[in-house]
Amino acid sequence: MKFEDEPVPGFQLPILPGHTSPGRLERVLRAGRFAVTAEIAPPDSADPNEVYLRARIFDGYVDAINATDGSGANCHMSSVGVCSLLTREGYATIMQVSCRDKNRIAIQGDVLGASAMGVANVLCLTGDGVQAGDQPEAKPVFDLDCMSLLETVTMMREEGRLRSGRKLTATPKLFAGAAANPFAPPYDFRPERLAKKIAAGAQFVQTQYCFDIEMLKQYMQRVRDLGLHEKVFILVGVGPLASANAARWIRTHVPGIHIPDEIIDRLAGAEKPKLEGRKICVELIQQIREIEGVHGVHVMAYRQEEAVAEIIDASGVLEGRVPWHPHRDTEIEQQRAVS
Amino acid sequence: MYAVRRWSVRHSRGLEFFYNGFERLLLFLEPVIRRLGYERLEKPMAWFESKTKGFLFDCQMCGQCALSRTGMSCPMNCPKQLRNGPCGGVRANGNCEVKPDMKCVWLEAWEGSRNMKEGATIQIVDHPVDLTLEGRSSWLRVVRMKSEEKRRAREAGQEQAA
Repeated sequence: MKFEDEPVPGFQLPILPGHTSPGRLERVLRAGRFAVTAEIAPPDSADPNEVYLRARIFDGYVDAINATDGSGANCHMSSVGVCSLLTREGYATIMQVSCRDKNRIAIQGDVLGASAMGVANVLCLTGDGVQAGDQPEAKPVFDLDCMSLLETVTMMREEGRLRSGRKLTATPKLFAGAAANPFAPPYDFRPERLAKKIAAGAQFVQTQYCFDIEMLKQYMQRVRDLGLHEKVFILVGVGPLASANAARWIRTHVPGIHIPDEIIDRLAGAEKPKLEGRKICVELIQQIREIEGVHGVHVMAYRQEEAVAEIIDASGVLEGRVPWHPHRDTEIEQQRAVS
Repeated sequence: MYAVRRWSVRHSRGLEFFYNGFERLLLFLEPVIRRLGYERLEKPMAWFESKTKGFLFDCQMCGQCALSRTGMSCPMNCPKQLRNGPCGGVRANGNCEVKPDMKCVWLEAWEGSRNMKEGATIQIVDHPVDLTLEGRSSWLRVVRMKSEEKRRAREAGQEQAA
């Protein structure tokens, strides 16, 4: 899909009527298309080229890139840093903000800075506990939680003021997102919790990894009963598993990820588990696409980022659409598209 | 104590009933409290509150009690001190991601709230914790806020009548 006013890197798009951000993710979702987002692995490096190389492998397959904020409580380049680099090139970014490492003063400052440098989407997260990461001796902050963070972002955008009440001269034009985990207890509370996030200001949600389609269907049934799928865009998280052992390790060590035994058995029985993992991922995406009320997928291909393009291609969810990327409209790319 | 704390969640309905009565009593006594002075009562009241609620709920004296909105499960016992519901890290057995031997505080809150009359208030988005209130009496704060609200409403009513 092409818009008549595609971005010039560094310049913001106009905000369409009824939209809150100038971002392409909001445009794609509000246009009713099936959106694709992916997570970039932030480098343990101070070299900007590493960020560009890691973003480049998504070119033409994703509508926005999530920049994680110390995911799993491990230290990497900050989401602010990654976003500042990517927005310079014109990439659509989703800046993740976790409440674990920053208090409300720092977070509100980052939100203003993000919008100023062209970030159109923020994902408001509570964050993993410090015990999960590489520096468990660190002080956990958790001054805000994901809910009050959502409320803060919405307050800044809609009322043009900080939590203290101080006025902003220009408001951050952001599309506010949240996370959801349909696969962790208390299961009957999870849809209600989504309703609460919507009340706090969530406009889109990205879910935890989905490996259990039946569980997702039950969750979505309840979401539809509550009418929530009409109030928020839901992007379901998916990702390829590398092997049965990796899956078992994730299941026991990473909080909040549910992997059914059938998936692990299938990986264990496969000749090439890595390929099987990608195949499972493609099948899941195709099944997810059929569920009413789902508006897209969020691919988290941890350490297999190079597989994202192939997975999206094989799933066919883009239906021939080529999301904008910095090289799409160059002559060489256009010639390639024609041929 | 963990066992007492879990007992309190199981008896959330009774404790809600008891607290509502207690709050009414405090509101009735508000003129006396005001005469004695809120500040003068602050220390003894906070001491009393920390002892009783500490025993029943492992209260952390945040000074802005949410118990009646959280199924009588104190959210300050959540290692992330979440005030608005469980994070995504709850284990499949319902235990906490950070403390594997503790039941998720918010899972308990959800169960406790379903027994309560005003349990639906768990859906209200709670403000972030105000650290300046830490260690102060939440009961006195509630009484002060509610009685001031009442007074304002009464004054507004009188103005309208005049």
